[in-house]
Amino acid sequence: MSTTPKLSKSPWVVHFNCNSCNGCDIEFLALLTPHYDVERFGIVHVGNPKHADVLVVTGSVNHRNARVLKNVYDQIPDPKVVVAMGVCASTGGIFADGYNVLGGIAKVIPVDVYVPGCASRPEAMMDGIVKAAVILEAKRRNPKAVQAGQPVVVRTPSAAPAAAAAIPQKEIPQPC
Amino acid sequence: MITSHPLMLLALLTLIAPFWGALLSGIDRKLTARAQGRIGPPVIQPLYDTLKLLRKTPIVLNRIQVVYAYLHLAFMVLAFLLLVLGQDGLMFLFVFAFSTLSLVLGGMCVRSPYSRIGSQREILLMVAYEPILILLMIGIYKANGSFLLGSPFVAAKPLLMALPLLFLAFLVVMAIKLQKSPFDIATSHHAHQELVKGLTLEYAGPYLALIEIAHFYEIAILFYFVMLFWASNLAIGFVLACASFFLMVLIDNAFARLTTMWVFRFMWTGALLLALTNILWLYFR
Ligand code: SF4
Repeated sequence: MSTTPKLSKSPWVVHFNCNSCNGCDIEFLALLTPHYDVERFGIVHVGNPKHADVLVVTGSVNHRNARVLKNVYDQIPDPKVVVAMGVCASTGGIFADGYNVLGGIAKVIPVDVYVPGCASRPEAMMDGIVKAAVILEAKRRNPKAVQAGQPVVVRTPSAAPAAAAAIPQKEIPQPC
Repeated sequence: MITSHPLMLLALLTLIAPFWGALLSGIDRKLTARAQGRIGPPVIQPLYDTLKLLRKTPIVLNRIQVVYAYLHLAFMVLAFLLLVLGQDGLMFLFVFAFSTLSLVLGGMCVRSPYSRIGSQREILLMVAYEPILILLMIGIYKANGSFLLGSPFVAAKPLLMALPLLFLAFLVVMAIKLQKSPFDIATSHHAHQELVKGLTLEYAGPYLALIEIAHFYEIAILFYFVMLFWASNLAIGFVLACASFFLMVLIDNAFARLTTMWVFRFMWTGALLLALTNILWLYFR
């Protein structure tokens, strides 16, 4: 382990809503509340791609916003990573069959981390951004080593709510 | 006494100052997190942020922008040196103001409307707080008979005894310069979405890091300046500065952001009145 501080200690996130139903965005904003406290990982939500390291995209790409998404991506200084939040951003999701929809955001920009779920839980999102931060450091060390197209998929099961864990198993009604 | 300081000590102070500023800013973030019931980032998080920014690829819109970022830092360091060397207070104010002005010009020389609105607001803030700082220098002159910033060290009584109201007014200026909440209208640490980022919107990577480092110097300058108010015993001065800094964090968390004109009116009535009363009292006591 090197002694120099890593880039992964301070991932600044910019969030871009492509074509989402807003479900993922609500979960993403829930992630920024004091309850989840993402600042303990150094994660800061910035509104400006020029200050950002991580681009979080929710929603699928369509003909209109593909250009905008590419533009936002290009404005982030290297090294940078992209996180696709939710199945819409990953594959097009429920909107995939729409006549205007191109599909997942990987059609337009290289994606490093996929966080599936409709909507993905804030815990999974947090895990995804922390994984992205590790890739960020790897990209700084060797920009060629981490190729787009070999992305990470985060499938963190959400932590069981504390109250549910406390309930004895037999008291939970079994579905027939 | 001040001028007999060896050059080495001066260089050391100049090196340590940004780290001290970063540490204070980290403590600020930690305290804010605790106030909101969070764990918060590590105390040296501002250092991580700055080192990260230094390693990002620079994006430059025009060369002038870069020149202003360097000027901002250079004048801030110069202001710090003038302060530590106990040089002329008016000269210090001039250099300090020019440092902020470089930032404003840097924000103005790009086409982004948010950056320009941020710059305009920063100019308004300068118009709001500069009179207080000039009155403060006049107060120092009346109290110690000298504009030299080294004079509080040799004065018989602490500056705070002669300038209690001006000290209060200076605390407000400190809140503005630290971008604390009722006054963070030009650019801010939290809630970046106001004006996106205002003044520093178009700076990216290492050039943003330069501005961050200049801000660390600014924090160190303000901290040192509060210590001047009780310079005869630097331990008390240090406690005073820590208490003022804690007050800033408290104010930051307790207040919502105000409108531009409200800040302006507040400074030209409340704060200016405090400062003027103090000066008049010094004349007629
Ligand atoms: S993944 Fe689900 S919640 Fe998220 S944007 Fe798509 S449809 Fe909405």
